[in-house]
Amino acid sequence: MNTRRDFLKGVLASSAAATTAVVTPPVCARETRRRPAEALGLLYDATLCIGCKACVAACKEANGNPPEFSTANQLWDTPLDTSGYTFNVIKMYRNGTMEMKDTEVNGYAFMKTSCMHCADPSCVSACPVSAMTKDPVTGVVGYNPDKCIGCRYCVAACPFGIPKYQYDSPTGRIGKCELCRHRYKDGRYSACAEVCPTGATLFGKTSELLEEAKRRIALQSGQRATFPRGKLGGADQSYETVAGKYLPHVYGENEYGGTQVLKLSGVNFQKLGMPDLPPDAAAALSETIQHTLYANLVMPFAVLGAMTYVAKRNVKSDDASSDQEES
Amino acid sequence: MANHQHAAPAPIGGGLVNVVTLTCGVLIALMIAVLAVRFLFGLGAVTALNDGYPWGIWVVVDVMIGSAFACGGFSVAMLVYIFNRREYHPLVRPALLASLFGYTLAGAGVIFDLGRWWNVWNMFWPSSINPNSVMFEVAVCITLYILVMWIEFSPVFLEGPGRREARLKISKVMFFIIALGTVLPMMHQSSLGTLLVVMGVQIHPLWQTPLQPALYLLSAITMGYAVVLFETCVASSAYRRKIEIQILTPMAKVMLGFLVVYVVVRLGDVIVRGALSTAFMPSIEALAFWLEMACFVTPLILIGAEANRRNPAKLFLAGVLLMLGGALLRLNGFLIGYETGDGFSYFPTLAEVLVTAGMFAVEVLGYIIITRRFPVLPRADVQVAH
Repeated sequence: MNTRRDFLKGVLASSAAATTAVVTPPVCARETRRRPAEALGLLYDATLCIGCKACVAACKEANGNPPEFSTANQLWDTPLDTSGYTFNVIKMYRNGTMEMKDTEVNGYAFMKTSCMHCADPSCVSACPVSAMTKDPVTGVVGYNPDKCIGCRYCVAACPFGIPKYQYDSPTGRIGKCELCRHRYKDGRYSACAEVCPTGATLFGKTSELLEEAKRRIALQSGQRATFPRGKLGGADQSYETVAGKYLPHVYGENEYGGTQVLKLSGVNFQKLGMPDLPPDAAAALSETIQHTLYANLVMPFAVLGAMTYVAKRNVKSDDASSDQEES
Repeated sequence: MANHQHAAPAPIGGGLVNVVTLTCGVLIALMIAVLAVRFLFGLGAVTALNDGYPWGIWVVVDVMIGSAFACGGFSVAMLVYIFNRREYHPLVRPALLASLFGYTLAGAGVIFDLGRWWNVWNMFWPSSINPNSVMFEVAVCITLYILVMWIEFSPVFLEGPGRREARLKISKVMFFIIALGTVLPMMHQSSLGTLLVVMGVQIHPLWQTPLQPALYLLSAITMGYAVVLFETCVASSAYRRKIEIQILTPMAKVMLGFLVVYVVVRLGDVIVRGALSTAFMPSIEALAFWLEMACFVTPLILIGAEANRRNPAKLFLAGVLLMLGGALLRLNGFLIGYETGDGFSYFPTLAEVLVTAGMFAVEVLGYIIITRRFPVLPRADVQVAH
């Protein structure tokens, strides 16, 4: 009987095939995507932020979200984190005596938490029903509740922990910042940037925001300089103030292939809750694996063909024997 | 033509009301009660889910682990029809039945967990689908496989002279159904592992690898055989039938073949990626990793020798260990080794556990009803039972 040897061969061959299919450099490797040329985004400058949270209130209003309470008297909207009903919060870093702003030791700093609008978003790659999409022109990552099945794979996939689900509702939606895309048609832009009194949150084209970020990093700490507010390239609302101390790192320039929301800070970004991400997006690797295994369904059909051939040979004899049994 | 040696399957017969079936009934009723609350008031009303842990045991245990446990049908059908090992034929129907329940319930379990379940048709709607999504592949593949398995199993309901025509019609295309029934599980069991890849740095390095599809597929096949060992032993003891040890012994050897490949790929991957050092850090993840590895490696020692594979107790234990190992691989990847940041924790609520238990009860009850009323288990053994 050769069957045992054949079988073991088969086992080895199929596991080898499965392994090599994944290990060998795939033909259709998908590179990490870059931002669209006209990508829109925000520049958040932690050194300018005064923690007034006007952006948090404006975001609530612009998106029609209810207040969320974390204090006993429930008088004010006091969300502690983003949620299915809160798409933007300002968080605070505290250390020691908290004497100096934007200082890691014995200091404090602010950080905005909202969607980064990745160039190559994990949530869009994860979504099975195209409810999470990236606009090809503006690059805004938008959400469509009419398609969403509520599987929460986007929630699990996002390295920034941004898409959130409304667990308290039988018809819960995913909630996340969509860069106020619903306000563009009225000539408005992101509410958080619109109301920011210091220009810590600035709206604009990401390419221009990146230039602005690099200009600021190049400034001497303590030097007087002009800072735009609201929308970069929009109505001039700029003002002059003293430049803060910046780390030489524009967060979002290269993380996961780049994000459309960029961040500047004087304190290490990981201390402020931003993850340390590689330059390649996880979505690129995931899709490379999927499209290597399933490119035009060649591999599944090849395996199916082989299986059908073998099964046809083997099942026929099965029929014959069971017919004999019956007669 | 080895088939001649085996008696045709036959119903076990006997009553349907006993302690086991009644317990199942109670568990199912509790599950329905929890689900009523879930659908009326939302997932938060009954689960401990949160945005740091958006997937709990309904996804990881009921779907990921449940469907891997349900790989017995696939593993055995592959052995019988693809590798033409006829001696295993009596195992096909019982294994397929357990798989059928496992998968059908995994499919139903997904619906319980979907926050916007009424939109689920978008999964199959051409203008909505996202072929880049691993989840899309998994969903379509599992749905197709459930259909395929019901067709594969349908001859059981079509026995008797009156339905000969329908039976012959199906038997003409059965080879294709069987082929589909091997390819579809290969596709989605591997993709269930690929689901982790897009989660990137949030997954602990011990479980984040591009080799995920190979690991999940190999472990699912191994678990398939392990479940057959488990089920055969349990069914034999429950129905007081003799254990088909002459079939289980060589099948266990096949299982060990897959297991060796799995262990080599798993350890090789961890070493090559330089993640092994994290397994020696004092952490829950490291402990979970060694526990998982122990479950996979112990069976190699336990039933590595031919003589030990003739011992039903050792086969049963090895089967249980491998089921546990495969379950831990999935639990560790999706929950223990998953970290979205500080401030989040997850431990399933009693209500979540009740639903998982209820699903298991549906499986057990269904298995009992069908094996007692329909021809699934081999007839020869039935006589022993009477």
